[in-house]
Amino acid sequence: MSAWFTPRNAVAAVVLALIALLPVYCALTGNYFLMSLFTRILILAMAAVSLNLIMGYGGMVSFGHAAYLGIGGYVVGILAKEGVGSGLIQWPLALAASALFALGIGALSLRTRGVYFLMITLAFTQMIYYVAIGLDRYGGDDGLTIYRRSSFGDTIDLSNRMQFYYLCLGLLLAVVYLVWRIVNSRFGMVIQGARSNDRRMRAIGFPTFRYRLVCFVISGAICGLAGVLLANHTAFISPAIMHWTRSGDLIVMAVLGGMGSVIGPAIGAVAFLVLEEELSRLTEYWPIILGPMILLVVLYARGGIDGFLAGLRRG
Amino acid sequence: MKKVLLAGCAALALTTVPAAAQQKTVRIGFISTFSGPVAAIGNDMRNSFELGLDHLGRELGGLPVEVIYEDDQIKPDVGVQKTLKLIESDQVDFVVGYIWSNVLLASLKPLVDSKTVTVVTNAGASQLAGELCSPYVFSTSWQNDQTPQAVGLYMNQKGVKTAFLIGPNYAAGKDMLAGVAATFKGQVIGQELTRWPDQLDFSAELSKARAAKPDAIFAFYPGGAGVQFVTQYAQSGLKGQIPLYTAFTIDELSLPRLKDLAIGIPGAQEWVNDLPNAANKKFVADYKTKYKSSPSFYGAQTYDAVALLDSAVKAVKGDLSKKDDMRKEMEKANFKSVRGNFKFGNNHIPIQNFYLQDAVKQGDDYVLKTVATIVENDQDRFHDKCPMK
Amino acid sequence: MLYFIEQCLNGVQLGMLLFLLAAGLTLIFGIMDLVNLAHGSLYMLGAYFAATFAAVTGSFIVGALLALLATLVVGMAVEVIVIRRLYGRDHLDHVLGTFGLLLFFNELVRLIWGPAGMTLPLPSEMLTAVQVLPGIYYPAYRIVIIAMTLVVALLLYILVMRTRIGMLIRAGASNREMVSALGVNIKLLYTLVFGLGAALAGFAGLMQAPILTVQIGMGENILILAFVVIIIGGIGSIRGAFVASVFVGLVDTIGRAFLPDLLRLFLSTNAASTLGPSLSSMMIYMLMAAVLVFRPEGLFPASGR
Repeated sequence: MSAWFTPRNAVAAVVLALIALLPVYCALTGNYFLMSLFTRILILAMAAVSLNLIMGYGGMVSFGHAAYLGIGGYVVGILAKEGVGSGLIQWPLALAASALFALGIGALSLRTRGVYFLMITLAFTQMIYYVAIGLDRYGGDDGLTIYRRSSFGDTIDLSNRMQFYYLCLGLLLAVVYLVWRIVNSRFGMVIQGARSNDRRMRAIGFPTFRYRLVCFVISGAICGLAGVLLANHTAFISPAIMHWTRSGDLIVMAVLGGMGSVIGPAIGAVAFLVLEEELSRLTEYWPIILGPMILLVVLYARGGIDGFLAGLRRG
Repeated sequence: MKKVLLAGCAALALTTVPAAAQQKTVRIGFISTFSGPVAAIGNDMRNSFELGLDHLGRELGGLPVEVIYEDDQIKPDVGVQKTLKLIESDQVDFVVGYIWSNVLLASLKPLVDSKTVTVVTNAGASQLAGELCSPYVFSTSWQNDQTPQAVGLYMNQKGVKTAFLIGPNYAAGKDMLAGVAATFKGQVIGQELTRWPDQLDFSAELSKARAAKPDAIFAFYPGGAGVQFVTQYAQSGLKGQIPLYTAFTIDELSLPRLKDLAIGIPGAQEWVNDLPNAANKKFVADYKTKYKSSPSFYGAQTYDAVALLDSAVKAVKGDLSKKDDMRKEMEKANFKSVRGNFKFGNNHIPIQNFYLQDAVKQGDDYVLKTVATIVENDQDRFHDKCPMK
Repeated sequence: MLYFIEQCLNGVQLGMLLFLLAAGLTLIFGIMDLVNLAHGSLYMLGAYFAATFAAVTGSFIVGALLALLATLVVGMAVEVIVIRRLYGRDHLDHVLGTFGLLLFFNELVRLIWGPAGMTLPLPSEMLTAVQVLPGIYYPAYRIVIIAMTLVVALLLYILVMRTRIGMLIRAGASNREMVSALGVNIKLLYTLVFGLGAALAGFAGLMQAPILTVQIGMGENILILAFVVIIIGGIGSIRGAFVASVFVGLVDTIGRAFLPDLLRLFLSTNAASTLGPSLSSMMIYMLMAAVLVFRPEGLFPASGR
């Protein structure tokens, strides 16, 4: 049996094939809701993957990652409202803004560790959340409807749902590949080294603060991209996107899927959102089932879904 | 775990296959909040909608009805997602509900794009009355500013010269304060916007109001925050000193919790449970029998939606594809509203009376009573901005 | 000036409310090294229990005492069933596990008590304002809150610093194995401490119930504030929590009271009244960020940890 054929890879391949073929199924049945649901899942999967870059590999548990979803989304929304509809301007600006915010927040937050880091990232997100509520011109608490999606001339039409779906899927795969390359590069090794023993890494001569900061900024920018996509998907942006429970959801997705691998959080996002959808269909008291399930995963399945699948091979 | 997940996907795929084949039912999507602390509002709306259907033998215009309830969790993005699901997956004929302005505004685009006939039963965003009005969207509630405008008029009648306004810092809150200021002829000597939705303690604002020495305080706090505000107002000893005027703060949902504290605090509303018309008497009496509690204005507005939809389905004799005929019929408001007189403006927002209500104790029960009609046939001040004429 | 004093009093009073919640949180955090998001759920349960028992017995005080006992029991049960398994784990595990508990308790309360919420009415003699200084009227019940909190703070200090149990607790915090090797039942000790923390949360909940009302999710908003308090104060330090509570309460209240007026001096009335609330909501978070940037372990870092 080749080393590539593991239960984990088999399942990943099947899931990927199902996701890639979903639009065909939707086109055949005429039911496009599933595609809309999965577009959202793919986008949040991207956010979870970006969070895991700093959380799983860097040991920086950010309880405020939803901020970058909001920043990316608000840049698109604000520019659209001001009449700048071109994605070639919107998207780079959104990424730059997310990266810039991540740079500022990271530079201050990375001085702290552990729970203090968790709380300071939450604090910054709360500040951005309240700023967004105060943005009267852009809807304040009511949010802002985006009447035209980002335009890319004749190349891609974002309001064509199938094109948008495949764009999200393609970008997610690109992000996963990018994160995988980062993690396995020399840079990634330093980050992981700093997670397990920061003092030793510094003693060897690595300025770990700078490495971790760069990692934090990359993660923020990727999450900003997810925000851009989310804003285009819902055609709407509001402060609620940055609510602290959303940051909590992203952490749950990453842990549920498994923080030990690059793809884990993406699987976690699919599982979490499908579970939420199905449970809420079952009973309106669905959190009473979801809560203990999260608890059980934490207590007994620490590696998440991905860890479980990887464990199948080992026996 | 993975298998479970796949099974979940499959189940999801199967359960969402459209049921377009069975054409002879009316499918209604209902969006409200059924989880979290404000689920009480969503429940009241659902109860009233169910009661309305019961009263019509669970048929609209002779066709059996199927209702799909969806929870928006007060999150605009969840609201859009559920709206899309109702339109695309469940392929509903009508969408009803929406408590919150922000959820509605987020969901408006897919509703309008798909030309789904929609009845909004609470959210009163000014945009919906103005530039975003749509031929297919109707409201059985009001525009946000209307109720506080009525309060402002009442304060004039009471000879209030100076007022202090307090409300939450979000769009509806600002609409409310602007509404009072628009009709109040005295002087607004202070205005406070508080953190929303999580402000806990209003002592700083109440101290400020006390220091400003106004003739009256106006407040707008919907849901649980209303209970909080009125309780703290009473505890601060202000109740005997500076009278409080309210909008959407004291209703049938908060009254059982406020009890004595609410007595003597006036508020304006377009519907009160004791309005003397046959439709209303039947609604209130049957609601009390069925659910062992009193309906609120949220419920009354939703109950009206059933009759409105019934008139539309009747007019097209069950052919739900004739959307334009249905909306033309709906524009006539040809149904018995629990509010008595009721008609639609050009923007599909009701033109209606506003009443002054007061909380009183009847035996062991606390009830809201109509004291006076503040304004008759009031139309919102945004209808000029609506392109529909 | 009188107005300023009144607002300061409001700030101190908010700080006292925060301290009751933060004390239990920091106790559990400092001793068991456990981040407990479900602390807010125990706070909520305390309020629901008090409202229920007060309605049944007809007495505010009896209801409150029964509620205190009930939250103590629930807290100990939760410790034995779930929390115990989380000791020694990653903080991330604590956050997630107790987040799961929080979801569970919110829905459980909705199933049992319904979504509408409850009220805990005050005895009517509490519904007045008392003249505390010439010209300053203050709600009687809020004075009771301040007084009760000070008593609790004092008792807690005596318990932890001056009794044998407190000594064991402190010893257990610094070296768990050593204490258990000396023949102390550390498991039981932890259960008791968690129960004490739960009872404190319940006490906070029932004391605030008459002011802030009793509803689902009531613990979550204030929980974040309580976390801000213990982070600023330094995790594990009760003294730090006390100082930080008053600090946060004052900053929040004074900000709300004076910031909008201050802004009006520079900006148009309209801009000031929208900017004011946003800015004052951010103040405590800015405060926390500033404290952490200069003192990454809070104002009073617990020694030796």
